[in-house]
Amino acid sequence: MDDLFMARCQMGMSLAFHIVFAAIGIGLPLMMCIAEWLWLRTGDDVYHELAKRWSKIAAILFAVGAVSGTVLSFELGLLWPHFMEWSGEIIGLPFALEGFAFFTEAIFLGIYLYGWNLVPRAVHLASGVLVAISGLLSGLFVVLANGWMNTPTGFKIQMPSGFKVHMPVGVGLPGGAASNPIIVDPITLVANPDFNNPLGKPVAIDPVAAMFNPAGIPEAVHMLIACYAATAFMFAGIHAYCLLKDKRNVFHRRAMALSLVVGAVMAIVQPLTGDVLAKMVAERQPVKLAAFESLFDTKEGAPLLIGGVPDVANEKVNFAIEVPHALSFLAYSDFNAKVKGLKEFPKELWPNIPIVHYCFQIMVASGMIMSLVSLWAGVHYVRRRNMLDSKAFLWALTACAPLGFIAIETGWMVTEVGRQPWVIQGVMRTKDAVTPMPGLAVPFFTFTGLYLFLAVIVVWLVYRQVAKSPVVHESLGEPVPPSEPVSEDRSEGEPILPSEPVPEKPSEGES
Amino acid sequence: MNFSLSPEEILGGAMIVAATFYALMGGADYGGGVWDLLAFGSRAKQQRETIAEAIGPIWEANHVWLILVIVILFTCFPRAFSAISIVLHIPLSLLLIGIIMRGSAFTFRTYDSHKDNVQRFWGRIFAISSTITPILLGIIIGVISSGDIIVGPGVDGTSGGVGTSSGIGTSGGIGTIGAVSDGFGGSPFYNVYVQPWIQPFPIAVGFLALSLFAYLAAVYLTNDTKDLEVQNDFRRRAIVSFFVSGAIAGGVFVLAKTEAPEGFQDLVNAFPIHIGAAISAVGSLVCLFKRHFRLARLFAAMQVSMILWGWALGQYPYLLRPDLTIRNCAANPLTLNLVIAALVVGAVLLFPSFYYLMRIFKLTEKRDTKEAVADSLSP
Repeated sequence: MDDLFMARCQMGMSLAFHIVFAAIGIGLPLMMCIAEWLWLRTGDDVYHELAKRWSKIAAILFAVGAVSGTVLSFELGLLWPHFMEWSGEIIGLPFALEGFAFFTEAIFLGIYLYGWNLVPRAVHLASGVLVAISGLLSGLFVVLANGWMNTPTGFKIQMPSGFKVHMPVGVGLPGGAASNPIIVDPITLVANPDFNNPLGKPVAIDPVAAMFNPAGIPEAVHMLIACYAATAFMFAGIHAYCLLKDKRNVFHRRAMALSLVVGAVMAIVQPLTGDVLAKMVAERQPVKLAAFESLFDTKEGAPLLIGGVPDVANEKVNFAIEVPHALSFLAYSDFNAKVKGLKEFPKELWPNIPIVHYCFQIMVASGMIMSLVSLWAGVHYVRRRNMLDSKAFLWALTACAPLGFIAIETGWMVTEVGRQPWVIQGVMRTKDAVTPMPGLAVPFFTFTGLYLFLAVIVVWLVYRQVAKSPVVHESLGEPVPPSEPVSEDRSEGEPILPSEPVPEKPSEGES
Repeated sequence: MNFSLSPEEILGGAMIVAATFYALMGGADYGGGVWDLLAFGSRAKQQRETIAEAIGPIWEANHVWLILVIVILFTCFPRAFSAISIVLHIPLSLLLIGIIMRGSAFTFRTYDSHKDNVQRFWGRIFAISSTITPILLGIIIGVISSGDIIVGPGVDGTSGGVGTSSGIGTSGGIGTIGAVSDGFGGSPFYNVYVQPWIQPFPIAVGFLALSLFAYLAAVYLTNDTKDLEVQNDFRRRAIVSFFVSGAIAGGVFVLAKTEAPEGFQDLVNAFPIHIGAAISAVGSLVCLFKRHFRLARLFAAMQVSMILWGWALGQYPYLLRPDLTIRNCAANPLTLNLVIAALVVGAVLLFPSFYYLMRIFKLTEKRDTKEAVADSLSP
């Protein structure tokens, strides 16, 4: 099989696997810390139990995240050696900083997980906070590096001798042939995608400018909020499901309420950060933006498509719902703005339109559903209704559990596939970055099999942790952990409490 | 004489420092896995528990040293990272599989069911991958010092084209790459991607790494238990692995003379460090016999550090013998200086944190820690 394709599959698969662990590694410590802080503040032992249990899940996921992240740092070289050779000195700095953030995370996670009784409580919570902060910073640095691949800045390109510049006058370059050495600003390449010269040499390198490239911060903010929203919604969904089975269990109530608050805030903010990012893409990567929406013809007052089946051969989209002028407005804050269509660009510079289009639609839809469910929760809260009484709401929350991760996966497909055929937008093509090593199908299938195996185990272990949740009923303040040691055959959620009747309290919605 | 260091020398040094920490700490974690694999006798269970408690809180932090080495390499010496990644694709991929299996299996064992068969399953995977991974690490170190990979000038004079002495090479996007063929037959694929590391010298270095890590782990583990019998078990293992690693080191030395002649000469020239390593080795052995386990730990760590530094000094200024050096692969000065600044700031934050971690889990009274850790993990 085609080695380039296999290399892309391996990279994509490795990222898709790692990103789940990375996202939870960013999101879960925040929730763990909030739970622990609530415990210290209120003295409610249910929060202590919650922080401990979440920290165990974090431990499993962090370990797999750490090793799969290591794989990625090597794969940058194993699969894309020419990319790394060319750009390592430009974009390595955020990776170096990420290394330190990861270090801090690993050190304080060790203290957090194993040190419950070894360090003072305040130090323990502070360790958790450091894990949360360093997780956030790790995510930030890595996404900044990815932003650079979309909007490369912080260097210039020196063309080899004999190279002829054929670019329109007025893009910062002399038109026609010029004397050597020609130094090109990558911005002009991005503006003129009909250009490729991997043999140029990077000069005038400024790693700080590269790190703070235009796409970096908007992408990072969008991604980090996605991490919190996805993690919080997943746990809110899991505990909502448990509450459908046992409504009175205070452990699940607290867990759901805490997760829901974090998730709802993030999910409601997320469309705004997505909008900022889309405007940046519109300005810097017009081909990508056109691919999001399968916009083939340049239009003034371009509509936003909902759904639809792109027909690339005939350059049209079937079955889509059109929202008139909405795309122009979202991309340029002007209902009649002109949005460049794909036909403005040579076909060889188009990404895979259906993949980008479908992934974009799925991402937006997942995000929107999460926002709407969050608003629904908000309505419950404002009207002081007990969410637990609404089975429909609990089912909706349960159904939302995977949505955040679906949005993250498809969002990354959008940004990575949407950048193709470039590895560095306008500067280096993916095909010029790949390793000369043949037979790349072998590592692809090996790592895929390995990751599938790990995924199954991780799901099983997390299920075990959740299934071991304590049964704590309202009237009996103390949390009751399952009998120790947890025997393997004990059925999930079986109450370990004395069988005395438990009076139900009417309203505890905000707990 | 001028002793001022250039930025690339500082960064090369930083890589060696990070590699030293990785060997002393991450290496010992692998060694722990080796002793898990080799646990036998009536106290096998206690031995395995001691190992798990010793590495549980710290292995992830220890693992990050490796990432630091890689990140410095690809940021500051990108050409060397590229060439090594191409030619050593197969052993590096195998190394990654070992790293994945070791870390995951260890964690799964901690958090999966405590039934015997489940624990045995994960324990076995953890132990086997802990044994294979150091061999691959050593193989990679062996190849880059063997001088078997020739990197010619690239098309634009900067990027690496790598070729073989017999003219066999594989075209890449930018250059060509290959390895010295010892008049060996075989396909071009074999000559470029397999043959350089399937050689006696790199494989011997692989076993040297394995035996040193096992030795370090055994010495450390004597400090990690209060159970006198378990302590004696690890003491015996430490003494045995001391002699085994010594014998393998001798073998590597002999092989280096024929297989990596240039490297061998430089290795010999670094003799003052080898003398330091030898003194530490004797100190460590004496302390083991006299049961001064804390001091033995210090000597063993010094011994392994000096072996690594002796190699590093012999390797200097090469990253990939015989063509790539820290000078001709160096990134631009601004990048180098920024990374140095990041390392300084990072070190200021990191070392106190690391010390704190070690103080909690390694330097306090053992019994308290053990119970508290067990309690942290209880459901």
